[in-house]
Amino acid sequence: MSILVNKDSRILVQGITGREGSFHTERCVEYGTNVVAGVTPGKGGEKAFGSVPVFDSVREAVDATGADVSLIFVPAPFAGDAMLEAADAGIGLMVCIAEGVPVRDTTMVMRYLEGKATRLLGPNCPGLISPGEHAKVGIMPGSIHRSGRVGVVSRSGTLTYEGVNQLSQLGIGQSTCVGIGGDPVSGTDFVDVLKLFNEDPETEAIVLIGEIGGTKEQEAAEYIKAHVRKPVAALIVGQTAPPGRRMGHAGAVITGPAALASEKVKALAVAGCETIPSPAEIGTTVQRMLG
Amino acid sequence: MKLHEYQAKALLAGYGVPVPEGAVAANGTEAEQAASRLGGRAVVKAQVHAGGRGKAGGVKVTATPSDASAAASSLIGTTLVTFQTGPQGAPVNSVLVEQTVDVDRELYLSITTDGSRKRPVIIASVAGGMEIEEVAQSEPDKILTEPVDPAIGFQPFQGRRLAAGLELPAALVRPFSALVDACYRAYVECDLSMVEINPLVVTKAAQLLALDAKISFDDDALFRHTAGAELRDTSQEDDLEVAASEHGIAYVKLDGDVGCMVNGAGLAMATMDTIQSAGAAPANFLDVGGGANEEKVSQAIQLMLGDEQVQRVLVNVFGGILRCDVVARGIVDAYGKSSRKPPLVVRLLGTNADEGKQILADSGLALSLADTLTEAAKAIARGQA
Repeated sequence: MSILVNKDSRILVQGITGREGSFHTERCVEYGTNVVAGVTPGKGGEKAFGSVPVFDSVREAVDATGADVSLIFVPAPFAGDAMLEAADAGIGLMVCIAEGVPVRDTTMVMRYLEGKATRLLGPNCPGLISPGEHAKVGIMPGSIHRSGRVGVVSRSGTLTYEGVNQLSQLGIGQSTCVGIGGDPVSGTDFVDVLKLFNEDPETEAIVLIGEIGGTKEQEAAEYIKAHVRKPVAALIVGQTAPPGRRMGHAGAVITGPAALASEKVKALAVAGCETIPSPAEIGTTVQRMLG
Repeated sequence: MKLHEYQAKALLAGYGVPVPEGAVAANGTEAEQAASRLGGRAVVKAQVHAGGRGKAGGVKVTATPSDASAAASSLIGTTLVTFQTGPQGAPVNSVLVEQTVDVDRELYLSITTDGSRKRPVIIASVAGGMEIEEVAQSEPDKILTEPVDPAIGFQPFQGRRLAAGLELPAALVRPFSALVDACYRAYVECDLSMVEINPLVVTKAAQLLALDAKISFDDDALFRHTAGAELRDTSQEDDLEVAASEHGIAYVKLDGDVGCMVNGAGLAMATMDTIQSAGAAPANFLDVGGGANEEKVSQAIQLMLGDEQVQRVLVNVFGGILRCDVVARGIVDAYGKSSRKPPLVVRLLGTNADEGKQILADSGLALSLADTLTEAAKAIARGQA
């Protein structure tokens, strides 16, 4: 079992013929992901990798193939438009990889999604992977994952690979690994993913990897305290980052000192999480927690 | 990207925000002329990208145009150190010469985007002229927040609600609402990440005036604001950080002596934390990015080697999109070009890691390889590189 994507997910790739899009789509297909369509405006009728039909629009692709997940490789300046198009076509889950999407564009997408069934993961995220389902919808290296019962949710890309690698080397497999992305405004937050892991009967434990800035980890802590009955191990990075360098004046007003790593660690510990003492101890902490 | 006060005020004035009369001056003569046009008395304000100028001596009230000239000359060409600049300070290349204002009340107003609400919020307070973080800490009930629905924009009823919270007299409610609306339009149309007016004053003549203004652009949206992008003043930024940004490298200078190059911001912070817990201190945050090529990796390493403070270097790369053989070639290239060759610890994992390690071994560079994060940090802390 898994959350969000499984072997039956029908994946559409927006920007499939671009350099990044084609490189990563090929890796997804190699992993066994069910890629059913691609979209590149102006290239409708072509085939990618010899067999994946390419369409001019998301709506045409959805009508023809029943795609329900869109993996978006469209470059940042045009990613907002791509997300809106996917949402308009009724895609259930869209995963936006691009780094550098203007905050205003993501804000408008999130406003457009209100009242709709479409979920956004990202932007500026590595995507998600369900190893046991052979579903890789993102840019993570597939080979480091193994099938299992630990759910991983993280704000980061390569640090998630680091954590997953530590788990796999100790023989601890993953149900689904979700990168929610590092942008100030993003579609899916920790709480959304925690809820899904909590309800997934095949996920036995959860690893949460957070960072300094914002209050998403505190919101996660509150949710864990109130609802999550599975063991959660949590790591917060950025203890050594100088305060104030990434967040402007006014942003700090909303979050206050909550943006500090130490405050986040405290909130998660109070919520009953196993705190991971250093980034090198993600695997061993989970191993200990699972007994 | 931050603006200077005079740039921020010009931008906001263009949207209809009332600002004091004044002019920017690059030398004493220009300051003298500006002060004469204002009628003699003036405020001379150093233009740097940092708050706390008043306490640092960067703001002077002058009685005559020749005083203004003297004040400008004493500020321009110096380095102003405020609690926000750090000990190295920021260079003063110009001053803003403004009319003096008789202040009745000092208020606070800002706009930013709240990641939790996923929309812009207006923040206002009766406690103007103070550090808003301190107000949020000590008197949180004095902070008003008004989220804005991006689909409909800021609405007059929200202006009335804020005006009531700020206890503004009836005659100022509409002007206040119009002022916030102007700021909001600037915020959206220019893709700003922050507008802050502190203080927003009510003058003795019962007029609203933006006495100070800070603006930051969303760097990711500058591609559609060419005029805005030209307002950047790189003299206010760290030289190494400017050089890094030209190569598309995310770099922040820190105080330690361990230069670290990592791919990905999260792993970079994790690496810094691990260095610290091993008893050493990072000299920088450096995320070389996912799509880096050999040249960019080499630039990143050379950038670190150009920092005199760096005595040891740690490279930690989890290859995904970025292949480890590319990283290895970049390292060899950078060390080959540099006269300084501080001890080096490298950890390569993921895509083409073995190939990368072979390239390093064949290069003859003196370095040590580490398999785990802990090993890497310990090797760095021991100085056994």
